[in-house]
Amino acid sequence: MREIITKIDEITGNIATLKASNVGLGELAVVMSPGRSTPGQVIRISGDSATLQIFGGTKGISTSDRVRFLGHPMQVKYGESLLGRIFNGSGVPIDGGPEPVEEEIPIGGPSFNPANRIIPRQMIRTNIPMIDLFNSLVISQKLPIFSVPGEPYNQLLARVGMQADADIIVLGGMGLKFDDFTFFRRTFEASGVMNRVIMFIHQASDPVVECLLVPDMSLAVAERFAEAGKKVLVLLTDMTNFADSLKEISISMEQIPSNRGYPGDLYSQLAARYEKAVDIEGLGSITLLAVTTMPGDDVTHPIPDNTGYITEGQFYLRRGVIDPFGSLSRLKQNVVSKVTRKDHNDIMNTMVRLFSDCRESRNKIAMGFKVSKWDETLLAYGSDFEKEMMDLNVNMSIEDALDKCWEMLARHFEPMQTGLKNDLVTEFWPKKI
Amino acid sequence: MPVHGKVVAAYGNMVTASFDESVRQNEVAYILASDGSKLKSEVIRVRGNQCNVQVFEDTKGIKIGDTVEFTGDLLVVELGPGLLQQIYDGLQNPLPKLSKATGLFLKRGVYFEALDRTVKWDFTPLAKAGDEIVSGDILGWVPEGKFTHQIFVPFNFIGKAKILKMADPGSYTVDTVIAEVENEAGKRTSLNMVQQWPIKIPLKNYEERLLPTEPLVTGCRIVDSFCPVAKGGTACIPGPFGSGKTVLQQLISRYADVDIIIVAACGERAGEVVETLKEFPHLADPYSEGRTLIERTVIICNTSSMPVAAREASIYTAVTIGEYYRQMGLHVLLLADSTSRWAQALREMSGRLEEIPGEEAFPAYLQSRIAEFYERACCVRLKSGKIGSVSVIGTVSPAGGNFEEPVTQGTLAVVGAFHGLTWARSNARRFPAIDPLISWSKYLDQMAENLNKRDPEWVNLIKQTQKIMFEGNEVKKRMDVVGEEGTSAGDFVMMLKAEFLDAVYLQQNAFDNVDAYNTLERQIYTFGKVFKILQKDIAIKDKDEGRQTFFRLTSLFRNWNSSEWQSDKFRKLENEVNAFINSSEK
Repeated sequence: MREIITKIDEITGNIATLKASNVGLGELAVVMSPGRSTPGQVIRISGDSATLQIFGGTKGISTSDRVRFLGHPMQVKYGESLLGRIFNGSGVPIDGGPEPVEEEIPIGGPSFNPANRIIPRQMIRTNIPMIDLFNSLVISQKLPIFSVPGEPYNQLLARVGMQADADIIVLGGMGLKFDDFTFFRRTFEASGVMNRVIMFIHQASDPVVECLLVPDMSLAVAERFAEAGKKVLVLLTDMTNFADSLKEISISMEQIPSNRGYPGDLYSQLAARYEKAVDIEGLGSITLLAVTTMPGDDVTHPIPDNTGYITEGQFYLRRGVIDPFGSLSRLKQNVVSKVTRKDHNDIMNTMVRLFSDCRESRNKIAMGFKVSKWDETLLAYGSDFEKEMMDLNVNMSIEDALDKCWEMLARHFEPMQTGLKNDLVTEFWPKKI
Repeated sequence: MPVHGKVVAAYGNMVTASFDESVRQNEVAYILASDGSKLKSEVIRVRGNQCNVQVFEDTKGIKIGDTVEFTGDLLVVELGPGLLQQIYDGLQNPLPKLSKATGLFLKRGVYFEALDRTVKWDFTPLAKAGDEIVSGDILGWVPEGKFTHQIFVPFNFIGKAKILKMADPGSYTVDTVIAEVENEAGKRTSLNMVQQWPIKIPLKNYEERLLPTEPLVTGCRIVDSFCPVAKGGTACIPGPFGSGKTVLQQLISRYADVDIIIVAACGERAGEVVETLKEFPHLADPYSEGRTLIERTVIICNTSSMPVAAREASIYTAVTIGEYYRQMGLHVLLLADSTSRWAQALREMSGRLEEIPGEEAFPAYLQSRIAEFYERACCVRLKSGKIGSVSVIGTVSPAGGNFEEPVTQGTLAVVGAFHGLTWARSNARRFPAIDPLISWSKYLDQMAENLNKRDPEWVNLIKQTQKIMFEGNEVKKRMDVVGEEGTSAGDFVMMLKAEFLDAVYLQQNAFDNVDAYNTLERQIYTFGKVFKILQKDIAIKDKDEGRQTFFRLTSLFRNWNSSEWQSDKFRKLENEVNAFINSSEK
């Protein structure tokens, strides 16, 4: 039995320091106050004192509270019975159900050996044309959704969760408002996918340290399922809250901030999580979609900026639609027209190019220039494109979406005006009846 | 006998240890964690009888009182035959071997010898018994792929010695003794094909350092023609995310006309290394028939989720391996992607050491560390009389794409060429997104004599063209304000010419097999024609007509660019180009 310490020397922010011997870095401890107990993790040891990061926050903790060290680092439950369950940032069920009896696995495990990685070549279908057709999501890809508060990013994430062809969905919520949490829960339950969803939810009112654990727990569980051959999709929202929590902790640890108060290791911290996305040869995979709200819609802010260097592309969610210009999936060339239909690549480029021409025509009008016949054609095409493709409510398979694109092109243009290759036009251009 | 110490404090990947006897700055220490693993670390600060060590591994579970074993050796790499085709982590741990031993994930505290001890090499001795030797002398050689891999007397061998016994020609593993030597004091040493060198100390076993004057051809027109890099020179490629740094580096790693490529993936995505890893064994080496690219490549891979301290070491590991091959009279190119991640590793460590921070919390010594690293690139005349070189092209990932930040500025102060990538160009799908208006190279003048060998006017032409680019840009900026109507015909043509130059020469189609890579010969040839068009007096009746003319020209040149060098199609298109140049139509 490990000794119980009854004297805490220092409490600042979410950090507590106490005298303790024989504790390891990263070890878990429980602080027992009358009426409640909260876990904490050793983040610094020095001589005979240990510094704890208290997950439940230090509010109300007394210097005479009892602290017990558990002899192991933070763990999370893993097993089939987690499916359909909801946990908080400390891994405790918050859906009213019983504590699952399962194996406990460590979180924040080591990095995947790069030599074991393979070039990903499978697509994840989401039935959202702006993703499938224009910026295909590839297995093992890590993609952020750059957005600003107020945009329907959680709705988008929920739709991807409902419709994506994944075996298991892990949702990690960080700083989630109660309304959003309920929305996710209801949506997954109503659509009947809850039985393959696991949720780790840190609510906005929960202690900030728990927020830091959410991605680690979600990814540790996902990693084990992937090793067991499952195709896992991890949805994280919102990584900006995660980064802000990092900032808060590092400042209270008196670390020197680097850029706008964020710690110097922000890049490494984010990368350690995002790099968990993997396609394991012959086994399962982890694909990661994470919301990053950009403070002040500024992509050069340290959070989106560091994220952009880590992830394989980005989706911009602006004014309720996925912007076809800034958005980019770096891995799409691995699947486009290789595992998808052969007209995919040309259709994708042509549609976006014509839409960009339409924007120019709109600018022309805005500046009061004369509108030509060609401009009018483009304008008509553009508004149809927005209604029938870009709208987030459009729901169709990529094959249907491709057919729809051909139909739209035929509605507005002559084959020659689109610049599409002749052999594709002969094969796919809708015949006039 | 190693010195022992005890852990007295630990935070993140920094451990403070106490010791009784003596320790060396930057020596390697192992922390014996209570779960039985041995964690490699490096002494980075000594104070009284305590020292700070940065741990190259995950530090979970380290406790006060854990034993620390000081080895007395600096952080070294193993050098010898068999480095090529390898994939190492930042500390030269072979990753494929680790994968066999520890499975899918990296396990801490597992170390392997960098060079395979079971592979046999066909050794041919060049020295003989009785010869007098000093460090860096050549004992013999083994074939390693297409290279003659020379076996040296270790570079850290002290003093003079005499060979007592020399191995016969034959097939040996790297750890077989190939020579017995005795020094002046009578001390005997056995030498084999493996030697070690501390990574943070430049290997300077050469006669003299030369001014780099030989061009390093990357196959990328805007680089080779406008901002060239010299063999033994340095260049940096800063750019915001998504501007195509890595694509550009990958292309350079494929086509650069050097003997050996060292790819240092320093704190970047693992997915990018995988492409190199999986594709190089199948891609043909453009410089030697029947061989693949992997045969001339060493990959050092310390990706973003791997331990940060090892990331700091990784670029030194890479450059040391480069210096070793340079000693054989080979030309080596080190591609470091990205040096910003390396600088961030320095920053993290500096923060833990509670040093007074400089700009953006980077340590005050950032600039001098960057300079030290880039200064290891050099062109040298070896004792054998041969010329060898190490060139370094490093990418920089400036926060927010702002080049005013400390890493970019620190790098610009020491490199010979600057290839700045911008979002403006990459968003306009202009590849490579190197902005010709901000990029520069000091080598254009330095290498003028060599560059002018094929065309005595070359450097002159390039400088005149740069002027046209600037003027064209000025016109364009003015035109944005006053509109096309307010622009004179002459200015308008100037702008069209600059655009034409950009479209057909500065931009390249990375996905076109022919256009992706141009030899210097072809670049000079094509550029001659482009320049004639820039010089030609083209009068236009109206702006639409002018635009049409240049549309036609651009399309013609683009087709010409994608036709095989000196093929029928190439000649046919060239005739059309000539027809336009010689036409008197106004």
